[in-house]
Amino acid sequence: MNDRDSPVSIDELHAYVDGELPADRQQAVAAWLAAHPGDAARVAAWRAQADAIRARYGAIGAEPEPPRFDLASLARARNAPSRSSIRSWRGIAAAAVLAAFLAGGTIGWLAHGASAAAPGRFDTFTTQALEAHKIYVVEVRHPVEVGGAERPHLVQWLSKRLDYPLRVPDLGSNGLKLVGGRLLPGPTGPAALFMYESPSGERFTLYYARTDAAQTAMRYRAADRFSAFYWVENGLAYVMSGPGDRDHLLEVAQAAYDQIDKNAPAQPAR
Amino acid sequence: MPALRRYARALTRNAEIADDLVQDTLVRALRSEHLFHGGEIRSWLYTILTNLNRNRLRALARRPVEQTIEDNDAAGSAGPEAGARDIERALATLAEEQRATLLLVVLEGLSYREAADVQGVPIGTVMSRLARARMQIKAYLDGERPALRRVK
Repeated sequence: MNDRDSPVSIDELHAYVDGELPADRQQAVAAWLAAHPGDAARVAAWRAQADAIRARYGAIGAEPEPPRFDLASLARARNAPSRSSIRSWRGIAAAAVLAAFLAGGTIGWLAHGASAAAPGRFDTFTTQALEAHKIYVVEVRHPVEVGGAERPHLVQWLSKRLDYPLRVPDLGSNGLKLVGGRLLPGPTGPAALFMYESPSGERFTLYYARTDAAQTAMRYRAADRFSAFYWVENGLAYVMSGPGDRDHLLEVAQAAYDQIDKNAPAQPAR
Repeated sequence: MPALRRYARALTRNAEIADDLVQDTLVRALRSEHLFHGGEIRSWLYTILTNLNRNRLRALARRPVEQTIEDNDAAGSAGPEAGARDIERALATLAEEQRATLLLVVLEGLSYREAADVQGVPIGTVMSRLARARMQIKAYLDGERPALRRVK
């Protein structure tokens, strides 16, 4: 056969290693390798690489699966009613379950259900806010449900859902533009998440949820690559989450706080 | 699913990020109508995961302060032996799409055709990525540390 004796290409050597070589070239390549020690060494090195990669990562498949991969839970979220107007619920439900497991085990989700016992706690709010932050800041195409261009509508909608006139800060002086917002399930009912973005793509979120906790000073919490500032004012808990840089985040949180404080309604809706 | 985790771990070299990716992949998968249209689920899951990782890296690239590579593997408490370390480091020097191609073929056993579909490129591109990846790993392991990490 003509094929048998034609020189072996480098592509064929790769194909040989990967089992992609057509059967009628197998022998030719084997013969070629026998006669060309340089290529034989190359093929051996590639095989050794593959073995090392499999040895290094092969065992991961055998590790016990973390509970957060529980498909049943993930699927339950997926099978939520999904008719048009309820469509977003599906995403919210999935996100909530996701968020819970991301928090480590089932604590987050249980805390959600059992939040009546201790609503308004710093941990609960910051955990939920950071989870939402983590999930949505990486979204490229759908980070928010309603965009910042529809700001009046957005604020009105979420104020209505939280039954509280929300003050949404303009962080332009911090170089942040409002991307938009979304509704989330929170520890005390609906929660709102507003996202801001810097020209370099750095994202911050401001989370709002009702609480009966007393007014607090700002408290800081760091969680792996992100961090958050939490405060309570007039029956509303706020969490500003952002990248891990504490000082920068504090500036942003402070700016938000000042604006909200300045515009705070005399009588909070209760 | 174990295979998906393994691929994610090798791709990101970070247990936590890898598991996040797997989970996001599952959620996307569950939400998609694709599940009901039959088709090749396995490749499709690799496709989602590969794309999510690419998006993640793009997002990271826009934030220069973030650390993108972690050499240590949280799960390996005892610390992997030298050989495992070396291959890990060698993989880390590859450009993202080369690493993905190599792992899909070598670790996950996908055919060239499948790897091409997963990455949305022609087979020829898979082959050239594979060739460059293997060349670079060999160079690295032979002690010729690349001065520059290829960044795409």
